[in-house]
Amino acid sequence: MHRSTFYGVLAATALTAGAAGAATVDDVKERGKLNCGVSTGLTGFSAPNASGDWEGFDVAVCRAVAAAVLGDPNAVEFVPTTGKTRFTSLSSGEIDMLARNTTWTFSRDNDLKFEFAGVNYYDGQGFMVPTGLGVTSAKDLDGATVCVQTGTTTELNLADFFRKNNISYEPVPIETNAEALQQYTAGACDAYTTDASGLAANRATLENPSEHVILPEIISKEPLGPLVRHGDNEWGDIVRWTLNALIAAEEYGVTSANVADMASAPGDSPEINRMLGTEGNLGEMIGLDADWAANAIAAGGNYGELFAKNIGEDTPIGLSRGLNAQWTEGGLLYSPPFR
Amino acid sequence: MTSVPDSQSDGSGGFRPSMLLNDTRYRGLTFQFVALVLIIFLVGWLGMNLVSNLAAAGLNISYDFLDEPAGYDINQALIDYSSRSTHLRAALVGVINTLLVAVLGCITATIIGVTAGVLRLSKNWLVARLMSVYVEAFRNVPVLIWILAIGTVVTVSGANPREFLTRGGAVEPNSELILGAFALTNRGFYAPSVLLGPGWIAVLAALVGGIVGALLWRRHVRQTLFKHGKLLPGWPAWAILVLPALVVQLVLTPVSLSMPDVASNNFNIQGGTLIGKPLIALWLALSVYTGAFIAENVRAGILSVSRGQTEAAAALGLRPRRIMNLVVLPQALRVIIPPLISQYLNLTKNSSLAIAVGYADITATLGGITLNQTGRAIESVLLLMLFYLVISLSISAVMNVYNASVALKER
Ligand SMILES: N[C@@H](CCC(=O)N[C@@H](CS)C(=O)NCC(=O)O)C(=O)O
Repeated sequence: MHRSTFYGVLAATALTAGAAGAATVDDVKERGKLNCGVSTGLTGFSAPNASGDWEGFDVAVCRAVAAAVLGDPNAVEFVPTTGKTRFTSLSSGEIDMLARNTTWTFSRDNDLKFEFAGVNYYDGQGFMVPTGLGVTSAKDLDGATVCVQTGTTTELNLADFFRKNNISYEPVPIETNAEALQQYTAGACDAYTTDASGLAANRATLENPSEHVILPEIISKEPLGPLVRHGDNEWGDIVRWTLNALIAAEEYGVTSANVADMASAPGDSPEINRMLGTEGNLGEMIGLDADWAANAIAAGGNYGELFAKNIGEDTPIGLSRGLNAQWTEGGLLYSPPFR
Repeated sequence: MTSVPDSQSDGSGGFRPSMLLNDTRYRGLTFQFVALVLIIFLVGWLGMNLVSNLAAAGLNISYDFLDEPAGYDINQALIDYSSRSTHLRAALVGVINTLLVAVLGCITATIIGVTAGVLRLSKNWLVARLMSVYVEAFRNVPVLIWILAIGTVVTVSGANPREFLTRGGAVEPNSELILGAFALTNRGFYAPSVLLGPGWIAVLAALVGGIVGALLWRRHVRQTLFKHGKLLPGWPAWAILVLPALVVQLVLTPVSLSMPDVASNNFNIQGGTLIGKPLIALWLALSVYTGAFIAENVRAGILSVSRGQTEAAAALGLRPRRIMNLVVLPQALRVIIPPLISQYLNLTKNSSLAIAVGYADITATLGGITLNQTGRAIESVLLLMLFYLVISLSISAVMNVYNASVALKER
């Protein structure tokens, strides 16, 4: 395993002469495809469906960016990454952006040299246990064996939580979510810990979801968002403002159903007009066509639509908006103005 | 050289530049030189690219991260370790775990391999066939598959440790510890741990004395055999070995056992010694896999000893087991040892697949979690390579010394 990492890192860094710094947007346009890093499979966020097409809340961000840049939401090459491989993939240039339940942290931003384009899901880490254990609080987990994905913030928070509460545990480090779930259902660990959204998604795929509970404690802040390599500001801006467009579209009532209509001629809201390119030249300013945002919204809908369709209350995953509601609804979603 | 007339040149024996390509004496050197220059350039180009790309990405090479707290926990640490320990300490935990599984693996692989190799030549049809099946099955399936398979078997076949728990006497456990001391669970094998009380040194001293005594007895047996042709019994060696330590232990009782504790926790058996599932899976898989290769080496070694040796020994009236142990194996060792070295190296390197079952070896700690959390990929991978290199060279060195000691002595 160390061999593959070695080649991945060394060869990629050594062979791709001057990859960093080059204009990613030009590469993407030339290629005609966006290389987007996603998870190896987490229902609702990024997973291939029965016919092999990638679907989910993170996948939708990739598609929106592809639609904004290339005008085609399907012009995406999805690259599955694990918690371990995702950052190497991004920094080596194998992928143009990463949308994989990735937490925005100081060291990833500054030490690993990435650029977070924003937050598409405000999350926190939780625990899932079988109901039969009779555990009602994470603090009751003293002595438990806990499955955790390696290479994540999760494993660091886990160590901190147990240390702070002066209780012990036995970690079982695992590479992918699928494997972790398998170990958990086989009883190789008593609890599974990851982002609460991921727990909800996983619980929904278990044979008997009611036999598992997600404990009330949320032990960390996990702002999840798409990220790009540090240093290519134009590309970072494109991803950032595509995400903002999805969020603002919900705020302003632009949906996949009415976006074509609204983008065909200027309406009476100047902000919507500027965003959809019927007024001003915002598209030109980030080096894209005037209808970039309209394309991004048409790809799968605005933020609210994407949320409802992939992970919302009417899906088996059943997440409520909570922190991820618009600021006008008491949530944290707040897009800077399109001006 | 100059005295040999050169038919290809003009006969004067002088050197002309065209000879670098046309003359077979020089051509080889020319190509080697060109290849060397190319390799140096290639390596230099890759190195410069690496440095400039790192610089362009704003990254540098630095080992400072080794001093920072690791922040993660490790499920098997034979030295003191907590999530506040440094990355260096985490790497050390990994090194020790790698060495542990490598040493255990080499020992069991050798035992399995020698047994299977000898039995594969057995005259018993069934035994020989069974060993062939073992060798072919294990040699021809990748070791990663065996690691995963054995891990899964332990997970599926072992009971959940909760089955054994009494939760402070609150519930009736579904299963009892075997002899009150052992349990096989889906998380590993629980056994008593050994507590060393005051005076344990005396037991150790008695044991060492016992070992020396036993060796002396064996020498005495040999000498009387060679001098007087009389074979003394071998069992006193065992008695000399264990009795002194046993007596000290029974009188002073400094060494005691601590049984696994099923009462104090709600999730897991506490106390005792846990041989975790990751270690079991990795150890067993590496042993049976490498054992299959060693079996073939052993078979080849035995076949290399001429039949005449066996027949001569048989004619002297030696029993088959003694023929094997006294005549065949010592000679076969000369053939067996060199490939055995590379099997030990393979086993050690294959142990880097540990993360597949969550075993915290050096590749999983330094090359896995540390690399990932710090993003120091190049630094970590270089350290890793250095470690494996040192280990491999050390194993080679030790085994070469041993090889020299069993090699044919020419007098
Ligand atoms: N947010 C954390 C954890 C991310 C993570 O690994 N999430 C899991 C479950 S929520 C996942 O996406 N797994 C999918 C996979 O294994 O590919 C981080 O960025 O380190």
